Amino acid sequence: MLHLFAMLVAATTGLLIFAGGLVTSTESGLSVPDWPNTYGYFMFFFPLEKMVGGIRYEHTHRLIASTVGFLILVLAAWLWRSETRNWVRRLGSIALAAVIAQGILGGITVLWYLPDPISIAHASLAQIVFCLTMTIALVTSPGWKRAYAAKEGTPLRRSGRQGPAPDDRLLQRVAAVTTGLIYLQIVVGATMRHTGAGLAIPDFPLMFGQLIPPHWDPKIAIHFAHRVGAVIVSLAILAATGHVLYHHRSRAELRRPSLLLLVLLATQVTLGALTVLSQKEFIINSLHVVTGASVLVTSLVLTLRAHRSRFAGATGSRGRSYAGSTEEDPAYGLAGDHA
Amino acid sequence: MHPLLRLLACAALSTAVIGSACGGGTSEESAAPKPAAAVTNPVDPATASAITGTVTLQGTPPPNPSINMGSDPYCMKLGAATTPVFVVSDDSGLENVFVYVKDGLGNLKFPVPSSPVVLDQKGCSYTPRVFGIQVGQSLDIVNSDETLHNIHALPMANREFNRGQALRGMKYTTTFTAPEVMLPFKCDVHKWMNAWVGVLEHPFYSVSGKAGAFALAGLPPGSYTIEAWHEKLGAQTQQVTIGAKESKKISFVFKV
Repeated sequence: MLHLFAMLVAATTGLLIFAGGLVTSTESGLSVPDWPNTYGYFMFFFPLEKMVGGIRYEHTHRLIASTVGFLILVLAAWLWRSETRNWVRRLGSIALAAVIAQGILGGITVLWYLPDPISIAHASLAQIVFCLTMTIALVTSPGWKRAYAAKEGTPLRRSGRQGPAPDDRLLQRVAAVTTGLIYLQIVVGATMRHTGAGLAIPDFPLMFGQLIPPHWDPKIAIHFAHRVGAVIVSLAILAATGHVLYHHRSRAELRRPSLLLLVLLATQVTLGALTVLSQKEFIINSLHVVTGASVLVTSLVLTLRAHRSRFAGATGSRGRSYAGSTEEDPAYGLAGDHA
Repeated sequence: MHPLLRLLACAALSTAVIGSACGGGTSEESAAPKPAAAVTNPVDPATASAITGTVTLQGTPPPNPSINMGSDPYCMKLGAATTPVFVVSDDSGLENVFVYVKDGLGNLKFPVPSSPVVLDQKGCSYTPRVFGIQVGQSLDIVNSDETLHNIHALPMANREFNRGQALRGMKYTTTFTAPEVMLPFKCDVHKWMNAWVGVLEHPFYSVSGKAGAFALAGLPPGSYTIEAWHEKLGAQTQQVTIGAKESKKISFVFKV
């Protein structure tokens, strides 16, 4: 039940990122000039008939954000009450702190007329909140708890594997680096969006008709960095997923996020190109934002699953596996994890 | 906690801290209107001169962009509209051009009018679209619509503000502290709503009206730089010298 709720929280966080993308894409960030009120109304009492123009995007974003904040509060409390692993309980508290900080950043950026550093931080912290909620959803899942060993009684042919998650150090490194690169790329993308550099290079795939822009200014440089970042991230994703598909094809917990990552990458690159070619059509632009976030959390899931065996050994038996066991797994918070 | 999760937590906290530390905040509250400064008008009425003229447009302007007001049912009821970028009379007179004395008044100081300038949000557009005001003079921004607006000033030399007016009849009064030509306003709710104000330390400005006519009256004799500014076509300047009680006609010609 907790896992299902955590998945709901993660899904609503993704929806919130899409709503936030719509606010920026429609330039509606200042259509509600006050915060935390909306045109003097308590946020939840703002009349529906007054939700016109840019207010529809900004106020809806605030309502979804409040809902997500409340859900994360419930999730943190739930974890605090019923979760036995201290580090997972702490994750809940960190997610709560992060979403509160995120809300405050959102308010500040409105009251201070969208200063670039605040808006970029708001966009970047949103990804972290998404990562945190997704991580909680992952580590509360049954698969994570049994270290991805096959369920008892599951035929080998169906499960595809029998033992616990492999301790593949190369995959762990490649996946972690890939996730870090994706996050950096998103921060560069947020910088591009909030500094108005989204169309600084107006053509695609060439740049001013050439492979390298013939002239430069700060906005062109930011835009160029985002395109170069896309190439680097694509190569990193191909390396990580290629490694999984070559060496761990039978491990469904690694294969599935890898395949999803490839689909999301193709979608994301297409959306990025269409964003430029459509002159930043706002739906395409917002889908590009939320797909980027999806790429990030999918890569994070792959990374965490690749590290699963190391979690199991976190209290001193790094690399050991706890196939199918819950009682003996220190990562479950038994055996001294209540301190 | 696993190092990966610790990294995630640190990233969350550092992003929030960096973000909140980097912003340069300003207070949204506008200064209350200041009383008109007690300065004697340095212009001797016996020698006051005038510069009059017309602004014309040469060539055929592109059609004004149509406005899709579908995002607000109240505005949509008002019917089809276009953004009045080019308002041209039959004899090519161009409206909504801000004409003002850019240079030549030296250190002369002028009294600030006690009457406010009114910027109205009416029919989901700004009235007037282009106007002038003196530094320190009150600007009353009113909402005459049955829908809400936000009035968002985007200055370079003055203080930015963004105020919501949820109800018809709401008024917000502000002043500007520094000269600025031009200072744009926009409504973030209704993207098509734009206006521009020229903020000056003197009263010698005019906005071209029907047939592109303008008048700068009550000027002391002297040599002036006169600038004409249009929202799409940019600015032009002319040098004009006028003597005592002289009236001089000039014309500005914008081309498309």
